[in-house]
Amino acid sequence: MTAKLSLRDVAVRRGPREVLRVPELDVREGELLAVLGPNGAGKTTLVQCLALLERPAEGEVRFEGEPVAGRELALRRRMAAVFQESLLLNRSVESNVGLGLTLRGMPASERVGRVAHWLARFDVAALAKRSAKRLSGGEAQRVSLARAFALEPEVLLLDEPFSALDQPTREALIEQLADVLQETRITTVFVTHHRDEAARLADRVAVLVNGRLRQVGPTDEVFTTPADETVAAYVGVEVAAAGRVVDETDGLVVLEVGDREVEVIAHGFTAGEALLCLRAEDVVLSPSGLEVPGSARNHLQAVVRRIVTSGAEVRVELDAGFPLVASITRRSLEDMGLAVGCSVVASFKATAAHLIARGRDRIDA
Amino acid sequence: MDLIWDGVGEAFRILATGDRDVWEIALRSLLVSGSATGLALIIGILAGAALAFRRFPGRNLAVTLVNTGMGLPPVVVGLVVAILLWRSGPLGDLNLIYSPAAMVIAQTVIAAPLVTAFTVAALGSLPPRLRPQLYALGASRLQMLWLVLVEARLPLLAAIMAGFGAAVSEVGASIMVGGNLKGETRVLTTSVVQEVSRGEFAPAIALSIILLVLIFLVNLVLTSVQQHERSL
Amino acid sequence: MHLPDMLRPTYRLAAGAIVALLAFSAACGDEDAMILATTTSTFDSGLLDELVPVFEDQYGLNVKIIAVGTGQALEMGRRGDADILLVHAPSAEEELVAEGFAVDRTLVMYNDFIVLGPESDPAAVGDAPDALAALQAIAGAGEGFISRGDDSGTHKLELALWDELGFDPTGESWYEESGQGMGATLQIANQRDAYTIADRGTYLALLDNLDLVIASEGDARLLNIYHVMQVNPDRFDDIRDDAAAAFVAFLVADETQAIIAGFGVAEHGQPLFVPAAGLNVDELGDP
Repeated sequence: MTAKLSLRDVAVRRGPREVLRVPELDVREGELLAVLGPNGAGKTTLVQCLALLERPAEGEVRFEGEPVAGRELALRRRMAAVFQESLLLNRSVESNVGLGLTLRGMPASERVGRVAHWLARFDVAALAKRSAKRLSGGEAQRVSLARAFALEPEVLLLDEPFSALDQPTREALIEQLADVLQETRITTVFVTHHRDEAARLADRVAVLVNGRLRQVGPTDEVFTTPADETVAAYVGVEVAAAGRVVDETDGLVVLEVGDREVEVIAHGFTAGEALLCLRAEDVVLSPSGLEVPGSARNHLQAVVRRIVTSGAEVRVELDAGFPLVASITRRSLEDMGLAVGCSVVASFKATAAHLIARGRDRIDA
Repeated sequence: MDLIWDGVGEAFRILATGDRDVWEIALRSLLVSGSATGLALIIGILAGAALAFRRFPGRNLAVTLVNTGMGLPPVVVGLVVAILLWRSGPLGDLNLIYSPAAMVIAQTVIAAPLVTAFTVAALGSLPPRLRPQLYALGASRLQMLWLVLVEARLPLLAAIMAGFGAAVSEVGASIMVGGNLKGETRVLTTSVVQEVSRGEFAPAIALSIILLVLIFLVNLVLTSVQQHERSL
Repeated sequence: MHLPDMLRPTYRLAAGAIVALLAFSAACGDEDAMILATTTSTFDSGLLDELVPVFEDQYGLNVKIIAVGTGQALEMGRRGDADILLVHAPSAEEELVAEGFAVDRTLVMYNDFIVLGPESDPAAVGDAPDALAALQAIAGAGEGFISRGDDSGTHKLELALWDELGFDPTGESWYEESGQGMGATLQIANQRDAYTIADRGTYLALLDNLDLVIASEGDARLLNIYHVMQVNPDRFDDIRDDAAAAFVAFLVADETQAIIAGFGVAEHGQPLFVPAAGLNVDELGDP
């Protein structure tokens, strides 16, 4: 099936420096593709290319399979974008929301209805007559979203739309956006450096680091089986330690890590070195010495080295013969009476763990 | 000091009796300088937008030239334009010398760098991602230019006021290219100079007052527009 | 951010507008206007404001009177930037004719220069028998003197007088050059209570605003003689020579000369100029 938007052999330069190189990227009809990566990774440059706001130095952008050259304005009018700063004009909210429609020559009679509908959909109908300069950050971004959706675009491009907002506003807007997207199923590209946003909204995730795509795939896959260390760090998977493959049978790998052995379900690892990856949430702690319930194959004696509390979550850094991190609730912390120096049993399933080949630092082109 | 009071009295007399010559001169000042400001605005907007929005080799030089242009002595501009428009000059065949059109040209050259510099500042003060956002909403190049100008309308109005002020108060170039011809190219500033050289100080002061009133009224109109926008 | 060449259509629009503007202004250009270059003092007397409209009505022409310094007027003649010259610097005029830039040099009228000074007359100029003695008295007493200093007819006459005296006043502390027109120079002399030389016409016109009085007059050397000249149409392409020739004829016509004779009488009790068409230059000077 032809992708809605694609990049082929694209390279973008700033002066002598190459800031983006994407041999291939497809944005599929109806999906939400999150572009995840640290600041300076080239995410904005990528969105600029997709939004046809910038012509790459090399390669081509395709819309529904056809190169876009020569029809940029017409195609831009089938898309809409929302940026991190709301960039509203110095006029009323409703005038701002209707801006894109005015640019396309829609008569006022039609415009009024559309604008009103989308103002209501994003809960800013009451602000219709207010000057856009007198809105809070959250209100302004809602208006910016309404402005984009009012165009009923075929493609929606969002470049870190919530990064400048405080946490509660961010969360509220993510939910609202998720709702609307659920209804409308517009092809969407969502750029962010917050992995929780990507995890919440995306069908597929593209991890971009230093101008290169490290991994593109369904959200679950990227988040549980990162392709390399960099991606792992970015999706919140801890790289626990380096180990050596001791045995492998039908995908069940026995890995020697530190002075212990762990079992991991992984394919393609028959011998040699590998990095053990675990999500902190998948490591379960139980008091030392007790019979451990559950289906986990890995139970390791560990000593608590450090406890970091942030809000309701607690990160417990352990020494299980190799460094390990577990994420537990405050309640569990209190119940178990954990403190630095305590002994615990750290358990995780063979399926929860993930292996990355040692020294794999880039996806081979 | 009594000279000034005489002048004030003369000014009232002129305004009360509606001296036709003076009204004609004042109107011409307004039309000539207004046209020059209008032309300077067109040039200023195009050049200002190019300088504000585009990066090109030599941009810094161009901006420096514009800023230098703001300090151009008007009489030097007048001399150069006159040399071009004299019969003996390259554009002599246009027969523009000693005409209001020549004055408009000279005043445009004087006002354009001012308006350009103000426009560059006005457009440069807009959020840098505003333009891509507007393009991303489907604006064409012309639509985008129009939108940013409207968005920057407050400092742009200041640019117009500055340009008009420079044009209407200019005298050296206007005399040189206009010739101060009665009924044709005489404006308020050139009349003041003439009256002074004739020793007619009361009329000179009266004309000065009328010129100040004219400038004040124009700025009053522009400022009300500007402040009205601000309060929206 | 680097966008593909976004403003080109806008620039095409602008270029088109400017070309249209130039074409329009070319159409606006006044082809039939005749340019008369004269001196500021001649213009300030107001005579031309009276004569030129009569000419314009008679011949249906537009005359642009450009009043500049003598030097500039003559230079305009040299460059073909004017059609008619009306100045009062005889030796410079003769040079211009000799060089072939001016033709049809015709005597129109004359008046005289006077030596003006403060009422108190600190240099006792009033006792001097002629203009030379007057200047000598001023130099001797070291009293303030304001010169035109601008190469005008007035200035040249003043310099000729110093020359005849064999004395060069430049650099003397009491000698100042205004570099400006007659009106402005008179103002300076007035403010400083200094002596100066001016044409009678300008003096009479500004009389009410001045405290200066006539210190010396009547010397034949002080005659101020006005000639009109056509800029040579054979030298330049766009001289309006028909109009220029008509203007010369107009100035020497009896009716015009009569207007000149009566000009200024009502205001100042005496005429500012003496008509002299057809006379011999050497005959002039009888009051």
